[in-house]
Amino acid sequence: MSKENLDKINERLNAEFPGGVLAAELLYDFPVFTIDHTKSHAIIQFLKEDPELDFHFLTDLTAMQTADEKQLGVIYHLHNMKKNMRVRVKTFFDINKPEVDSITNLWPSANWMERESYDFFGVRFKGHPNMVRILNVDEMDIFPLRKEYPLEDQTREDKDDKMFGR
Amino acid sequence: MSKKENTITPPPDTMEKEYSTLNLGPTHPATHGIFQNVLKMDGEIIHDSLPTLGYIHRAFEKLAERRPYAQITTLTDRLNYCSSPINNIGWHTAVEKLIGAEIPKRVDYLRVIIMELSRISDHIICNTIIGQDTGATTGFLYLFQWREHIYDIFESICGARLTTNICRIGGFDREWPQVTWDRIDAFLKGFPKALNEFNGLLERNKIFMDRTIKCGPISAERALANGFTGPNLRAAGVDYDVRVATPYSSYQDFDFIIPIGTNGDTYDRFTVRQEEMRQSMRIIEQAIKNLPAGAPHADIPDFFLPPKEQVYNNMEALIYHFKIVMGETDIPKGEVYHCVEGGNGELGFYLISDGGRTPFRLHFRRPCFIYYQGYAEMIKGSLLSDAIITMSSMNVIAGELDA
Repeated sequence: MSKENLDKINERLNAEFPGGVLAAELLYDFPVFTIDHTKSHAIIQFLKEDPELDFHFLTDLTAMQTADEKQLGVIYHLHNMKKNMRVRVKTFFDINKPEVDSITNLWPSANWMERESYDFFGVRFKGHPNMVRILNVDEMDIFPLRKEYPLEDQTREDKDDKMFGR
Repeated sequence: MSKKENTITPPPDTMEKEYSTLNLGPTHPATHGIFQNVLKMDGEIIHDSLPTLGYIHRAFEKLAERRPYAQITTLTDRLNYCSSPINNIGWHTAVEKLIGAEIPKRVDYLRVIIMELSRISDHIICNTIIGQDTGATTGFLYLFQWREHIYDIFESICGARLTTNICRIGGFDREWPQVTWDRIDAFLKGFPKALNEFNGLLERNKIFMDRTIKCGPISAERALANGFTGPNLRAAGVDYDVRVATPYSSYQDFDFIIPIGTNGDTYDRFTVRQEEMRQSMRIIEQAIKNLPAGAPHADIPDFFLPPKEQVYNNMEALIYHFKIVMGETDIPKGEVYHCVEGGNGELGFYLISDGGRTPFRLHFRRPCFIYYQGYAEMIKGSLLSDAIITMSSMNVIAGELDA
């Protein structure tokens, strides 16, 4: 079922946006698409508004950093409740220019989730009405979930932690 | 005197309409948690509101990147602390999905009993607090003793009451003692009567109905756009429940009804939760009746701690014990999105593993963080007192809101 969904959605996306889909795979029975970040808004809008695909519910939006620490990504989970189809859409971009289009005009619920992604990873969402921090203090000048900020103070000498943690 | 003589008309451009600012929270008893709303008031009517959050942010997603998988359970406790067993079991099932463990039916059924009990306790809190905020303290005090009985059941299983850390990856750490079953029996016998009495106090009570019907309504379209899930979405008339849509932990084996409302107002949210409690009782009864025999855990020695006497006498068990406790078990690479029906909506775990001892990235989809955005829209133009009971009926939990 999921495999058929993956192929069907992939076909539609490739027909509509040639070169927009960079990878399509099935991870743990979940269709996952990696898309070009310059076309992310258009592709997500298509997934939402196409009457056949009809991913009308934004389940989740979050950000991540890739393992090489050179890229940031935004991950969208979309859901079509009528057919009970889910899809994960990922888009990656350079960490020095972390900009991607906001989807708050498609779903108001994206508002705080995008603010959270900005707060923790520094992803700037173009077109967001209020791009400020949400959970951390406004004065904070780092993006704490990036891998360059380790959890503990690295100048500590009283603790030998090399066997544990990252 | 005609109407015209009675009104004072100031010269144009000499007076401006003024609004007053009112801080609702952060520490106000009626907000039931640490969050603030800066309200722009026109007399007693709310003109606009600006929610502020993050007061109890504890960086769970960062902490989770440093903890072995088994140790993250205690972080999930502290998300929605009104129904922490659902969070615990949601996390365990997410990890089991990642490692591809096959879980016996007995474990699933025992987990269903736990999860439905904690759903009842979550709904008890929310619904009795709606009563409390409308001025009916009796129901709050009366039903809260049944929440205590549920916590007694949890205590007999895992030793803790509020932040339970119940269950393990792979199943339960031991067979439930007889006292647990006795307490569940007593609860199943006594609770329906108490629930009906509470229901009789409020559900068809004229004062309560006048107070809550059409209070803080939201349409199904706006609820979906604002990311509502759980009882709040169902009160608006959308029959989406994770237990039915993507069954986990053998929910497909049970026969139960998903109650839905029509107006999405406070009264509908209240009645949907009342009915869900009755359906949860049905599920628990079915689970006990059809409980399969067998061990209360899966056969996954890599993740499930061996019995203590084997650890002392058996080399293999000792190695497994060491590896699990030190968090040195090999975890497959992969990424998983797993969701469960929490007390207030779809609780999701988006987990990326790079094969290390800790998750590479873990994101909690916290239902009330997403649907609380709709609050400003729901209370706009309503009275301040309606805003209070709208908030209590939305079941916003500060711990989950701020992670």
